[in-house]
Amino acid sequence: MKKRALISTLFTGALLLYGTGDFPPWGDPNAPAARHVSPLYIERSVEDTHVPNVVTAVLADYRGYDTMFETIVIFCAGVVVVSALRRPDA
Amino acid sequence: METLLDEIVAKYNYWIYVVLMMIGFYAMIGKSNLVKKLIGMNIFQTAIILMFISAGVKKGGGIPILDKQAVLERGVEAASIVNPLPHVLMLTAIVVAVSVTGVALAILQRIHGQFGTLEEDEILEKIER
Amino acid sequence: MKDHYTLPQDRPIGPSLIIELSCRILIPFIQLFALYVIAHGHYSPGGGFQGGVLLGASYILMAIAFDQKTSMRFFPLRANTALAGTGVFLYTGTGLACALLGGLFLDYSALEPLFPPLGPVEWRSMGIFIVEVGVGLAVMSIMVSLFWDLASGGKMDKGL
Repeated sequence: MKKRALISTLFTGALLLYGTGDFPPWGDPNAPAARHVSPLYIERSVEDTHVPNVVTAVLADYRGYDTMFETIVIFCAGVVVVSALRRPDA
Repeated sequence: METLLDEIVAKYNYWIYVVLMMIGFYAMIGKSNLVKKLIGMNIFQTAIILMFISAGVKKGGGIPILDKQAVLERGVEAASIVNPLPHVLMLTAIVVAVSVTGVALAILQRIHGQFGTLEEDEILEKIER
Repeated sequence: MKDHYTLPQDRPIGPSLIIELSCRILIPFIQLFALYVIAHGHYSPGGGFQGGVLLGASYILMAIAFDQKTSMRFFPLRANTALAGTGVFLYTGTGLACALLGGLFLDYSALEPLFPPLGPVEWRSMGIFIVEVGVGLAVMSIMVSLFWDLASGGKMDKGL
Protein backbone atom coordinates (compact mmCIF):
# COMPACT_ATOMS: atom_id res chain seq x y z
CA MET A 1 0.00 0.00 0.00
CA LYS A 2 2.70 2.46 1.04
CA LYS A 3 4.88 1.38 -1.86
CA ARG A 4 2.11 1.85 -4.39
CA ALA A 5 1.36 5.31 -2.98
CA LEU A 6 5.03 6.27 -3.20
CA ILE A 7 5.33 5.04 -6.77
CA SER A 8 2.23 6.88 -7.97
CA THR A 9 3.36 10.04 -6.16
CA LEU A 10 6.78 9.94 -7.79
CA PHE A 11 5.19 9.23 -11.18
CA THR A 12 2.87 12.24 -10.85
CA GLY A 13 5.76 14.45 -9.74
CA ALA A 14 7.88 13.34 -12.68
CA LEU A 15 5.02 14.07 -15.09
CA LEU A 16 4.56 17.55 -13.63
CA LEU A 17 8.30 18.28 -13.77
CA TYR A 18 8.30 17.16 -17.40
CA GLY A 19 5.40 19.57 -17.97
CA THR A 20 7.28 22.54 -16.50
CA GLY A 21 9.50 22.47 -19.59
CA ASP A 22 6.77 24.31 -21.49
CA PHE A 23 6.13 26.83 -18.73
CA PRO A 24 7.45 30.41 -18.98
CA PRO A 25 10.51 31.22 -16.84
CA TRP A 26 10.10 32.88 -13.46
CA GLY A 27 9.30 36.59 -13.66
CA ASP A 28 8.76 36.68 -17.42
CA PRO A 29 6.77 39.85 -18.26
CA ASN A 30 5.53 38.28 -21.51
CA ALA A 31 4.15 35.14 -19.90
CA PRO A 32 0.78 34.03 -21.34
CA ALA A 33 -0.90 34.67 -18.00
CA ALA A 34 0.17 38.33 -18.12
CA ARG A 35 -1.04 39.04 -21.64
CA HIS A 36 -4.74 38.24 -21.82
CA VAL A 37 -6.96 40.37 -19.54
CA SER A 38 -4.63 41.46 -16.76
CA PRO A 39 -3.12 44.43 -18.70
CA LEU A 40 -6.66 45.74 -19.19
CA TYR A 41 -7.34 45.41 -15.46
CA ILE A 42 -4.15 47.29 -14.57
CA GLU A 43 -4.64 50.08 -17.09
CA ARG A 44 -8.37 50.66 -16.70
CA SER A 45 -9.23 49.93 -13.05
CA VAL A 46 -8.40 53.38 -11.69
CA GLU A 47 -10.20 55.12 -14.54
CA ASP A 48 -13.24 52.84 -14.25
CA THR A 49 -13.70 52.62 -10.50
CA HIS A 50 -11.41 55.23 -8.80
CA VAL A 51 -9.93 52.44 -6.66
CA PRO A 52 -6.10 52.47 -6.52
CA ASN A 53 -5.88 48.89 -5.25
CA VAL A 54 -6.22 46.82 -8.42
CA VAL A 55 -6.78 43.60 -6.46
CA THR A 56 -9.82 45.05 -4.68
CA ALA A 57 -11.23 46.44 -7.93
CA VAL A 58 -10.90 43.10 -9.72
CA LEU A 59 -12.18 41.16 -6.69
CA ALA A 60 -15.40 43.06 -6.10
CA ASP A 61 -16.15 44.76 -9.40
CA TYR A 62 -14.84 42.99 -12.50
CA ARG A 63 -15.20 39.55 -10.94
CA GLY A 64 -18.09 40.26 -8.61
CA TYR A 65 -19.91 37.02 -9.41
CA ASP A 66 -16.86 35.00 -8.32
CA THR A 67 -16.70 36.74 -4.95
CA MET A 68 -20.47 36.58 -4.46
CA PHE A 69 -20.66 32.82 -4.88
CA GLU A 70 -17.53 32.46 -2.81
CA THR A 71 -19.27 34.26 0.07
CA ILE A 72 -22.16 31.85 -0.42
CA VAL A 73 -19.67 28.96 -0.24
CA ILE A 74 -18.45 30.19 3.16
CA PHE A 75 -22.05 30.58 4.31
CA CYS A 76 -22.82 27.01 3.22
CA ALA A 77 -19.75 25.75 5.09
CA GLY A 78 -21.01 27.44 8.24
CA VAL A 79 -24.49 25.94 7.78
CA VAL A 80 -23.01 22.47 7.19
CA VAL A 81 -20.84 22.61 10.32
CA VAL A 82 -23.75 23.80 12.44
CA SER A 83 -26.09 21.10 11.15
CA ALA A 84 -23.46 18.37 11.48
CA LEU A 85 -22.22 19.18 14.96
CA ARG A 86 -24.38 21.47 17.04
CA ARG A 87 -26.33 19.71 19.79
CA PRO A 88 -26.81 22.42 22.45
CA ASP A 89 -28.88 20.23 24.81
CA ALA A 90 -26.76 17.06 24.69
CA MET B 1 24.23 18.85 -17.07
CA GLU B 2 24.72 22.58 -17.54
CA THR B 3 21.46 22.97 -19.40
CA LEU B 4 19.56 21.00 -16.74
CA LEU B 5 20.97 23.25 -14.02
CA ASP B 6 20.04 26.36 -16.00
CA GLU B 7 16.56 24.96 -16.49
CA ILE B 8 16.17 24.35 -12.74
CA VAL B 9 17.43 27.83 -11.80
CA ALA B 10 15.15 29.52 -14.35
CA LYS B 11 12.07 27.64 -13.12
CA TYR B 12 12.83 26.87 -9.48
CA ASN B 13 9.39 28.08 -8.38
CA TYR B 14 7.76 25.20 -10.29
CA TRP B 15 10.19 22.70 -8.74
CA ILE B 16 9.30 23.92 -5.25
CA TYR B 17 5.60 23.62 -5.97
CA VAL B 18 5.99 20.14 -7.46
CA VAL B 19 7.90 18.96 -4.37
CA LEU B 20 5.30 20.45 -2.01
CA MET B 21 2.52 18.91 -4.08
CA MET B 22 4.20 15.49 -3.93
CA ILE B 23 4.42 15.72 -0.13
CA GLY B 24 0.72 16.59 0.12
CA PHE B 25 -0.31 13.97 -2.41
CA TYR B 26 1.63 11.23 -0.63
CA ALA B 27 0.03 12.20 2.68
CA MET B 28 -3.41 12.07 1.06
CA ILE B 29 -3.10 8.61 -0.50
CA GLY B 30 -0.41 6.90 1.60
CA LYS B 31 -1.46 7.63 5.18
CA SER B 32 -4.35 5.80 6.81
CA ASN B 33 -5.10 8.37 9.51
CA LEU B 34 -7.85 10.73 8.37
CA VAL B 35 -6.37 13.80 10.12
CA LYS B 36 -3.06 13.19 8.33
CA LYS B 37 -4.96 13.01 5.04
CA LEU B 38 -6.53 16.39 5.86
CA ILE B 39 -3.11 17.89 6.62
CA GLY B 40 -1.89 16.53 3.30
CA MET B 41 -4.79 18.22 1.53
CA ASN B 42 -3.84 21.53 3.16
CA ILE B 43 -0.23 21.15 1.98
CA PHE B 44 -1.54 20.40 -1.52
CA GLN B 45 -3.62 23.59 -1.48
CA THR B 46 -0.60 25.58 -0.33
CA ALA B 47 1.37 24.22 -3.29
CA ILE B 48 -1.34 25.31 -5.73
CA ILE B 49 -1.50 28.78 -4.15
CA LEU B 50 2.29 29.10 -4.41
CA MET B 51 2.19 28.12 -8.08
CA PHE B 52 -0.48 30.70 -8.94
CA ILE B 53 1.23 33.52 -7.04
CA SER B 54 4.60 32.78 -8.62
CA ALA B 55 2.95 32.75 -12.06
CA GLY B 56 1.88 36.36 -11.51
CA VAL B 57 5.37 37.73 -10.85
CA LYS B 58 7.01 40.06 -13.36
CA LYS B 59 10.69 40.87 -12.94
CA GLY B 60 11.04 44.41 -11.62
CA GLY B 61 7.27 44.83 -11.31
CA GLY B 62 5.71 46.89 -8.54
CA ILE B 63 2.81 46.02 -6.25
CA PRO B 64 -0.69 46.30 -7.80
CA ILE B 65 -1.60 49.38 -5.76
CA LEU B 66 -1.39 52.43 -7.97
CA ASP B 67 -1.06 56.18 -7.43
CA LYS B 68 -4.53 57.49 -8.25
CA GLN B 69 -3.61 61.02 -9.35
CA ALA B 70 -0.60 59.94 -11.42
CA VAL B 71 -2.57 57.21 -13.17
CA LEU B 72 -5.49 59.53 -13.95
CA GLU B 73 -3.07 62.07 -15.47
CA ARG B 74 -0.56 59.89 -17.27
CA GLY B 75 -1.86 56.31 -17.30
CA VAL B 76 0.16 53.26 -16.30
CA GLU B 77 2.29 50.75 -18.15
CA ALA B 78 1.03 47.22 -17.57
CA ALA B 79 4.52 45.67 -17.67
CA SER B 80 5.62 47.65 -14.58
CA ILE B 81 2.95 46.13 -12.29
CA VAL B 82 2.71 42.46 -11.31
CA ASN B 83 -0.29 40.50 -12.55
CA PRO B 84 -3.15 41.09 -10.05
CA LEU B 85 -5.38 38.28 -11.30
CA PRO B 86 -3.64 35.36 -9.48
CA HIS B 87 -3.76 37.38 -6.25
CA VAL B 88 -7.53 37.75 -6.56
CA LEU B 89 -8.07 34.09 -7.40
CA MET B 90 -5.88 32.91 -4.52
CA LEU B 91 -7.54 35.30 -2.08
CA THR B 92 -10.79 33.46 -2.70
CA ALA B 93 -9.01 30.07 -2.77
CA ILE B 94 -7.57 30.63 0.72
CA VAL B 95 -11.00 31.33 2.17
CA VAL B 96 -12.49 28.32 0.40
CA ALA B 97 -9.61 26.24 1.84
CA VAL B 98 -10.55 27.40 5.34
CA SER B 99 -14.21 26.46 4.74
CA VAL B 100 -13.23 23.04 3.40
CA THR B 101 -10.97 22.44 6.41
CA GLY B 102 -13.75 23.43 8.79
CA VAL B 103 -16.31 21.11 7.18
CA ALA B 104 -13.77 18.27 7.07
CA LEU B 105 -12.92 18.71 10.76
CA ALA B 106 -16.63 18.68 11.66
CA ILE B 107 -17.14 15.44 9.72
CA LEU B 108 -14.05 13.94 11.39
CA GLN B 109 -15.50 14.81 14.81
CA ARG B 110 -18.72 13.00 13.90
CA ILE B 111 -16.73 9.98 12.65
CA HIS B 112 -14.74 9.89 15.88
CA GLY B 113 -17.94 10.06 17.90
CA GLN B 114 -19.47 7.20 15.89
CA PHE B 115 -16.52 4.80 15.65
CA GLY B 116 -14.09 5.93 18.37
CA THR B 117 -11.15 6.00 15.98
CA LEU B 118 -9.80 7.93 13.00
CA GLU B 119 -7.75 5.11 11.44
CA GLU B 120 -9.15 4.21 8.04
CA ASP B 121 -8.72 0.41 8.27
CA GLU B 122 -10.24 0.21 11.76
CA ILE B 123 -13.26 2.21 10.58
CA LEU B 124 -13.71 -0.11 7.58
CA GLU B 125 -13.49 -3.12 9.91
CA LYS B 126 -16.19 -1.67 12.16
CA ILE B 127 -18.44 -0.89 9.21
CA GLU B 128 -18.21 -4.46 7.88
CA ARG B 129 -19.06 -5.95 11.26
CA MET C 1 -12.96 42.24 38.30
CA LYS C 2 -12.87 40.19 41.49
CA ASP C 3 -15.20 37.36 40.54
CA HIS C 4 -13.47 36.92 37.22
CA TYR C 5 -10.51 35.17 38.81
CA THR C 6 -12.64 32.53 40.51
CA LEU C 7 -12.98 30.50 37.31
CA PRO C 8 -13.86 26.81 37.66
CA GLN C 9 -10.76 24.94 38.71
CA ASP C 10 -11.36 21.81 36.63
CA ARG C 11 -9.56 23.25 33.61
CA PRO C 12 -6.25 21.53 32.93
CA ILE C 13 -4.38 24.84 33.10
CA GLY C 14 -5.69 27.41 35.53
CA PRO C 15 -6.31 31.05 34.65
CA SER C 16 -3.15 33.02 34.04
CA LEU C 17 -3.05 36.69 35.02
CA ILE C 18 -0.51 37.63 32.34
CA ILE C 19 -2.38 36.01 29.44
CA GLU C 20 -5.76 37.35 30.48
CA LEU C 21 -4.52 40.88 31.08
CA SER C 22 -2.60 41.06 27.82
CA CYS C 23 -5.61 39.71 25.89
CA ARG C 24 -7.82 42.26 27.61
CA ILE C 25 -5.54 45.01 26.31
CA LEU C 26 -4.92 43.47 22.87
CA ILE C 27 -8.45 42.58 21.76
CA PRO C 28 -9.82 46.14 21.29
CA PHE C 29 -6.77 47.06 19.21
CA ILE C 30 -7.13 43.93 17.07
CA GLN C 31 -10.76 44.84 16.38
CA LEU C 32 -9.86 48.45 15.60
CA PHE C 33 -7.16 47.28 13.21
CA ALA C 34 -9.64 44.89 11.58
CA LEU C 35 -12.09 47.73 10.94
CA TYR C 36 -9.21 49.77 9.50
CA VAL C 37 -8.28 46.90 7.18
CA ILE C 38 -11.86 46.63 5.92
CA ALA C 39 -12.37 50.35 5.45
CA HIS C 40 -8.93 51.02 3.94
CA GLY C 41 -9.07 48.14 1.47
CA HIS C 42 -9.32 50.60 -1.43
CA TYR C 43 -5.93 52.18 -0.76
CA SER C 44 -3.77 49.50 0.85
CA PRO C 45 -3.61 45.70 1.09
CA GLY C 46 -6.80 44.62 2.76
CA GLY C 47 -10.49 44.21 2.23
CA GLY C 48 -13.43 42.22 3.43
CA PHE C 49 -11.84 38.79 3.72
CA GLN C 50 -8.74 39.90 5.61
CA GLY C 51 -10.60 42.26 7.94
CA GLY C 52 -13.31 39.68 8.60
CA VAL C 53 -10.74 37.05 9.52
CA LEU C 54 -9.05 39.53 11.89
CA LEU C 55 -12.38 40.38 13.55
CA GLY C 56 -13.12 36.67 13.94
CA ALA C 57 -9.62 36.08 15.34
CA SER C 58 -10.26 38.60 18.11
CA TYR C 59 -13.28 36.60 19.32
CA ILE C 60 -11.38 33.32 18.91
CA LEU C 61 -8.56 34.77 21.02
CA MET C 62 -11.17 35.65 23.64
CA ALA C 63 -12.48 32.07 23.57
CA ILE C 64 -8.96 30.63 23.94
CA ALA C 65 -7.65 32.98 26.62
CA PHE C 66 -10.73 33.05 28.82
CA ASP C 67 -13.54 30.68 28.10
CA GLN C 68 -15.98 29.99 25.30
CA LYS C 69 -18.81 31.30 27.48
CA THR C 70 -17.01 34.64 27.75
CA SER C 71 -16.75 35.07 24.01
CA MET C 72 -20.38 33.99 23.62
CA ARG C 73 -21.38 36.66 26.12
CA PHE C 74 -19.70 39.38 24.04
CA PHE C 75 -20.92 37.95 20.70
CA PRO C 76 -24.24 36.13 21.26
CA LEU C 77 -25.20 33.17 19.15
CA ARG C 78 -28.26 34.93 17.76
CA ALA C 79 -26.16 37.92 16.65
CA ASN C 80 -23.70 35.52 15.03
CA THR C 81 -26.37 33.81 12.95
CA ALA C 82 -28.00 37.12 12.06
CA LEU C 83 -24.71 38.73 10.98
CA ALA C 84 -23.76 35.77 8.78
CA GLY C 85 -27.05 36.09 6.95
CA THR C 86 -26.78 39.88 6.83
CA GLY C 87 -23.36 39.72 5.20
CA VAL C 88 -24.48 37.44 2.39
CA PHE C 89 -27.68 39.45 1.98
CA LEU C 90 -25.72 42.73 1.78
CA TYR C 91 -23.74 41.36 -1.17
CA THR C 92 -26.61 39.82 -3.12
CA GLY C 93 -28.93 42.68 -2.15
CA THR C 94 -26.50 45.22 -3.62
CA GLY C 95 -26.45 43.24 -6.85
CA LEU C 96 -30.23 43.05 -6.86
CA ALA C 97 -30.54 46.79 -6.20
CA CYS C 98 -28.33 47.45 -9.22
CA ALA C 99 -30.59 45.27 -11.33
CA LEU C 100 -33.77 46.94 -10.01
CA LEU C 101 -32.38 50.44 -10.69
CA GLY C 102 -31.96 49.60 -14.34
CA GLY C 103 -28.39 48.34 -14.66
CA LEU C 104 -26.92 44.89 -14.85
CA PHE C 105 -26.63 42.61 -11.83
CA LEU C 106 -23.63 43.81 -9.73
CA ASP C 107 -23.00 46.81 -12.03
CA TYR C 108 -22.59 49.33 -9.21
CA SER C 109 -22.69 52.43 -11.44
CA ALA C 110 -26.44 51.82 -11.74
CA LEU C 111 -26.77 52.85 -8.08
CA GLU C 112 -26.20 56.49 -9.04
CA PRO C 113 -29.87 57.65 -8.62
CA LEU C 114 -29.54 56.98 -4.87
CA PHE C 115 -27.16 59.95 -4.50
CA PRO C 116 -26.49 61.61 -7.89
CA PRO C 117 -23.71 64.10 -6.89
CA LEU C 118 -21.26 61.20 -6.49
CA GLY C 119 -21.40 60.22 -10.15
CA PRO C 120 -21.29 56.74 -11.67
CA VAL C 121 -17.53 56.18 -11.23
CA GLU C 122 -17.49 57.07 -7.53
CA TRP C 123 -20.57 54.90 -7.07
CA ARG C 124 -18.62 51.94 -8.39
CA SER C 125 -16.04 52.61 -5.67
CA MET C 126 -18.85 52.93 -3.10
CA GLY C 127 -20.47 49.69 -4.28
CA ILE C 128 -17.17 47.88 -3.81
CA PHE C 129 -17.04 49.21 -0.24
CA ILE C 130 -20.60 48.04 0.59
CA VAL C 131 -19.85 44.62 -0.83
CA GLU C 132 -16.60 44.36 1.16
CA VAL C 133 -18.45 45.16 4.38
CA GLY C 134 -20.90 42.36 3.60
CA VAL C 135 -18.06 39.92 2.94
CA GLY C 136 -16.36 40.98 6.19
CA LEU C 137 -19.50 40.39 8.27
CA ALA C 138 -20.12 36.96 6.74
CA VAL C 139 -16.49 35.82 7.10
CA MET C 140 -16.29 37.02 10.72
CA SER C 141 -19.43 35.21 11.88
CA ILE C 142 -18.66 32.00 10.03
CA MET C 143 -15.07 31.88 11.37
CA VAL C 144 -16.26 32.36 14.95
CA SER C 145 -19.09 29.84 14.63
CA LEU C 146 -16.74 27.27 13.05
CA PHE C 147 -14.37 27.64 15.99
CA TRP C 148 -17.13 27.43 18.60
CA ASP C 149 -18.63 24.31 17.07
CA LEU C 150 -15.31 22.53 16.57
CA ALA C 151 -13.85 23.47 19.96
CA SER C 152 -16.85 22.38 22.04
CA GLY C 153 -17.91 19.43 19.86
CA GLY C 154 -21.20 21.20 19.17
CA LYS C 155 -22.21 21.31 22.83
CA MET C 156 -21.61 25.10 23.12
CA ASP C 157 -20.34 24.76 26.68
CA LYS C 158 -17.10 26.22 27.97
CA GLY C 159 -15.09 24.71 25.16
CA LEU C 160 -11.37 24.03 25.14
